[in-house]
Amino acid sequence: MIAFIVQRLVQSVIVMLTVAFVAFALFNFVGDPIANVVGQDTSLEDRAKLRESLGLNDPFVVQFARFVGRAAQGEFGLSYQHARPVDELILERMPATLELSFVAALLALLIGVPMGVYTGLHRRGSLSRLLMTVSLIGVSLPTFLIGILLILVFSVQLGWLPSFGRGPTVDLGWWQTGLLTSEGLKALILPAVTLGLFQMTLIMRLVRAEMLEVLRTDYIKFARARGLTNRAVNFGHALKNTMVPVITITGLQLGSIIAFSIITETVFQWPGMGLLFIQAVLFADIPVMAAYLVLMAFFFVVINLIVDLLYYVVDPRLRIDRGTAAGHGH
Amino acid sequence: MSKTILLSAVAAVAILAAQPAMAKTLKWANDGDVNSMDPYARNETFLLSFMSNIYEPLVRRDKNLKVEPALATEWTQTAPDTWRFKLREDVKFHDGAPFTADDVVFSYQRATGPGSNIPTKLASVKEVRKIDDHTVEFVTNGPNPILLEEISDWYIMDKEWSEANNATQAADLTKNEETYASRNANGTGPFMLQDRQPDVKTVLVPNPNWWDEPEHNLTEVVFSRIGNDATRVAALLSGEIDMIYTVPPQDVERIRRTPGLRIVEGPELRTIFLGFDQTRDELLESSVKGKNPFKDPKVREAFYRAIDMDAIKSKVMRGASAPVGTMIGEGINGYTDELGERYPHDVELARKLLAEAGYADGFEVGLDCPNDRYVNDEAICQAVASMLARVGVKVNLNAQTRSKYFAKILGPAYDTSFYMLGWTPSTYDAHNALYNLVASRGDDKGSQGLFNVGGYSNPRVDELTAAILSETDADKRDAMIQEALTIHKEEFGHIPLHQQTVVWAARDNVDLVQLADNYFPLRFVRLQ
Repeated sequence: MIAFIVQRLVQSVIVMLTVAFVAFALFNFVGDPIANVVGQDTSLEDRAKLRESLGLNDPFVVQFARFVGRAAQGEFGLSYQHARPVDELILERMPATLELSFVAALLALLIGVPMGVYTGLHRRGSLSRLLMTVSLIGVSLPTFLIGILLILVFSVQLGWLPSFGRGPTVDLGWWQTGLLTSEGLKALILPAVTLGLFQMTLIMRLVRAEMLEVLRTDYIKFARARGLTNRAVNFGHALKNTMVPVITITGLQLGSIIAFSIITETVFQWPGMGLLFIQAVLFADIPVMAAYLVLMAFFFVVINLIVDLLYYVVDPRLRIDRGTAAGHGH
Repeated sequence: MSKTILLSAVAAVAILAAQPAMAKTLKWANDGDVNSMDPYARNETFLLSFMSNIYEPLVRRDKNLKVEPALATEWTQTAPDTWRFKLREDVKFHDGAPFTADDVVFSYQRATGPGSNIPTKLASVKEVRKIDDHTVEFVTNGPNPILLEEISDWYIMDKEWSEANNATQAADLTKNEETYASRNANGTGPFMLQDRQPDVKTVLVPNPNWWDEPEHNLTEVVFSRIGNDATRVAALLSGEIDMIYTVPPQDVERIRRTPGLRIVEGPELRTIFLGFDQTRDELLESSVKGKNPFKDPKVREAFYRAIDMDAIKSKVMRGASAPVGTMIGEGINGYTDELGERYPHDVELARKLLAEAGYADGFEVGLDCPNDRYVNDEAICQAVASMLARVGVKVNLNAQTRSKYFAKILGPAYDTSFYMLGWTPSTYDAHNALYNLVASRGDDKGSQGLFNVGGYSNPRVDELTAAILSETDADKRDAMIQEALTIHKEEFGHIPLHQQTVVWAARDNVDLVQLADNYFPLRFVRLQ
């Protein structure tokens, strides 16, 4: 088990290096940051000097190597736009993105799974049909449109919820949280719904399909024949057996939620990493872009690792397989 | 009688007592953040405008952009190249330290030192000398008639504070540390920085010890960044925000129609224009080989005549522009209505001119354009392309984001044949536009002609530009500006298009002053 985790972590380093390499190959195409950094009447000579001292004239392989070398020492450079250390900037923004992502994912799970179970059990019910129709909207509407529509209804028309920002935050020393104030929670609702809606409908449709599949199997019939309660059959047996694909998808989707919170953060001016990244792209702020992309790669690897570990928890067969395999001395 | 006096005295006391309890918070937003609290970090309008609330220059601009005393109370020219400033006494920085001549000398060193992006504001200054605690002397490289204009947004910082916080230099991107001054501020201005969360919000409170009589009645100012256009407008409509600085053009009408909100607009000093590559012997992006059609003034005039600015104003800009015939707009020293008058739009003449120049069948040329820099920039270029198509010129439009666009068209590459650019003379004087846009490109070291992307060149204009810099007689100087700009206009050196309109939106209860340089001074804001 430990060996498995260590092996995965080593893999993550390779993934991050690859991402950084590709990123630096692409940075040639994002434009010249110098014109954004200096004042309009800076002389060509000064511009050239700055470009040289920032190492922007070097071939991308050299820039990549320098980035890796400095990153290994924990140094990610100074953001061109903010003139602040990149690691500090990203750490400052991380709580906002993670809180938003986890609340969105939680929302998606807590609403998506029961809805999936319900529509799976009551296939022909009118409520099921309604939920299925509504979920189509969630799957098909783009995030930014949902966000704008929610703002229009709940901020502009009804005036219930704020249209932008994160509200006041509480400093826990190492983590700025918006979850402890009522205004912070109010500010979280619209972005979290926007971000989680797609995942929610996805989970609902997935659980429904799996439930329909499982409910047809023999052991469910036998369970019913044994006279078990509906509750025990539906949740104890059926739902539990739908969980492996649901966990896989949710896990992978959590990575996507974090990585693709960019759009939601842009619409709601949510001060997270995604917003930082999108501004960095517009500014050609290479140090921020590089660090962000590498961090995202790391998140994906870690989340996949957690998903793999969760399989062991829900699926006893995996534990036995691996146990016997180890027993055979592989 | 005495009763009335007593009553009014009671009323006055009641009003005075009630005032502090009345919170007057102005909440406003912009699409971009103030990039730094360091007034020397960037030479850009929004940063300098915002920081003018916290820091102050020696001379500032009033509601009509006229220079007036601020930290300096009076000044005299003791010699053609020497200016003596008397500094205001009893002025304190926000941390309580007194403002003295040492701070002015220090600020000069910091603003011209490494990391600063505003050294050009002080490029003509050779030395700043302290005479006594409240007198300084500026020595310029030769006579400089517009020194006051040039330093009106150079803000004075506190020497002791900067030294104590290790912030004697503006940010240096090649190091791995941040300067204290980029998130903290200590000025002499009407507002003090209370809270700074980059990209989220910046909170200012009035300076109770400000030397000047406050015209504003604010108790707090909260500035938020809202990058997304739709969200920013929604925040204004929902009442979360009182004023937005950058208004998306497509939402202007909607805001105008909303009760309780209003659009505040006026012509901006920035001029948008098109330029031609007149340097190379063969254009980089054209179907014409072996020669450069733009070297022929007839071709340049044909392009000029083919573009219908009234149509661009009404269709593309929805009325929010002022077509202009020269490189500077109204409000810049040197502008006259005669220069500003455009030559009429004339498609027939354009065709005739092209035929005379030997391009009766037109030709193909690339047009470089930003798509996120100026108001409707890409749409304007598309309109220009279709107008030129009517005279047989096929324009291949390359509209891209500003980082890519500026990297392509600016020096040293100047990799363009036909381009769009905008310019605001930071000194509010024609010389700045002549020097940067019209005068011949120098070598890489100097900055003359740095933004003369197409390389227009006329020796007489160069001569005049140099002479204007040091001519102290206002009338003679003005005549030279007229001559230079008239030559440029008659030679069709560029195609000036229009002055953008500054468009802000605010709630009806916000009284504000909109300046033509797009500055938003909080010291004039009153909340009803």
